Amino acid sequence: MNRYSIFSLIRNSVNYHQDWQRAWRSPEPKKEYDVVIVGGGGHGLATAYYLAKECGITNVAVIEKGWIGGGNTGRNTTIVRSNYLWDESAGIYEHAMKLWENLSTDLNYNVMFSQRGLLHLAHSVHDMQEIGRRGNAIHLNGIDSEFLSPAQVKEMVPFININCRYPVMGALLQKRGGTARHDAVAWGYARAADALGVDIIQNCEVTGFRMENNVVKGVETSRGFIGAKKVGCVVAGNCSVLAEMAGFRLPIESFPLQALVSEPIKPILDCVVMSGSIHAYISQSDKGELVIGAGSDTYNSYSQRGGFNVIEETVGPVVELYPIFSRMKMLRQWGGIVDVTVDRSPLISKTPVDNLFFNCGWGTGGFKATPGSGNVFAHSIARGEMHPIAEPFSINRFNSGALIDEGAAAAVAH
Amino acid sequence: MLVIECPWCGKRDQTEFSCHGEAHIARPLNTEELSEEEWGNYVFFRSNTKGVHYERWVHDHGCRRWFNVARNTHSDHIYGSYKPGEAAPTIDAPDTPEAKS
Repeated sequence: MNRYSIFSLIRNSVNYHQDWQRAWRSPEPKKEYDVVIVGGGGHGLATAYYLAKECGITNVAVIEKGWIGGGNTGRNTTIVRSNYLWDESAGIYEHAMKLWENLSTDLNYNVMFSQRGLLHLAHSVHDMQEIGRRGNAIHLNGIDSEFLSPAQVKEMVPFININCRYPVMGALLQKRGGTARHDAVAWGYARAADALGVDIIQNCEVTGFRMENNVVKGVETSRGFIGAKKVGCVVAGNCSVLAEMAGFRLPIESFPLQALVSEPIKPILDCVVMSGSIHAYISQSDKGELVIGAGSDTYNSYSQRGGFNVIEETVGPVVELYPIFSRMKMLRQWGGIVDVTVDRSPLISKTPVDNLFFNCGWGTGGFKATPGSGNVFAHSIARGEMHPIAEPFSINRFNSGALIDEGAAAAVAH
Repeated sequence: MLVIECPWCGKRDQTEFSCHGEAHIARPLNTEELSEEEWGNYVFFRSNTKGVHYERWVHDHGCRRWFNVARNTHSDHIYGSYKPGEAAPTIDAPDTPEAKS
């Protein structure tokens, strides 16, 4: 692989950029791999990358039914943060944050990670109590977080209407939070993994698992059988379908989650502002579009489109909080399917089938965890034992009762 | 957005209703004998079907009564509604994910 650098840019400009090397190969699947990763999104590609880089397992295939990064990796609102309440969550999201901070250098690919700061607004006494509890818990885990007064919020976002229907009473700020370019994360991991020998196989749908004596032996796909000593399923939106193929059920239900972007405008908002209680999530992309996260529908669906009422319920609070945006046009709106657990924490786990591992259930907020999730999942697959950071996220917690209840802690704010 | 037929009020906009997940999950009667495994499976594990899904809805902003809906979770096509206590209808020709995609 040719490294990207200022020199390669100059060298290629001489040829009018006609000779850039392909970022990754499109190989034919081999008969067997040491590890097959099902799902070529950010988490799956990151898993393959860390398997090759840190675990010394390079005979790896990533199997994707569509194109890489075409699922929820390309559909999220690109927000990165690690300000969670519970220790287990702090463990994995902060692990991810530390990897984010060096990711562009590590991958030799600019993922445009921007630690522009992330505000979480409080609009009621209960919100203030929630951020008070969570902010102090975050401090105890050694993660940055600051309490802001309404005046300080106004200073950061001068055009915000703090005296709106549900007045802004305070905020929690994570300065290290921000955004990253989601496509670049998938492409960067794909390119780096490919360079280490990982086969990325697109347009190849898994249709079943081959198992002998409760041990997985490989996957049946639309391009034939692919053998595997171990299989890691890292899918969003279809994990229950894959689990059913393997003969077990998951504590998960799938819902549509929507987002929308506006027409591009000049820079106006230089941080991420989240409001869980009135449900307005907004940031501005480097292209200038306002990126707005909407809520999820309340009924199960795999349709990848949500109800219009959800858009209305999202745009209303945005306009109330930022009257300046009231006449902006929204350019695009889309939906993705999110796999939600009852405690709003993911599943990173062994399964009832030996050598079959699942990393799923990231619900409405998996993008931020991409590097950390891939990293601990790779180590777990390689060792056959769950990484200490991943261990609390076992499927068994729904039988033992050891839930990691971020749902109650932060409600919809994910 | 869905148009849902309440068995008592007729067809109404989805915003009048709320959905409460998979239907026909019977609460175990021998609760004192249940293991953690069985309790967990009853409380948290769901079929999360891709295809015909039987689910519970409430007409919150109407008659406030509960009922069940048979809907395809892949296409969001609704086959019909039925009252609590009635057996789930058998969907003869489900528009399966394969047929739709």
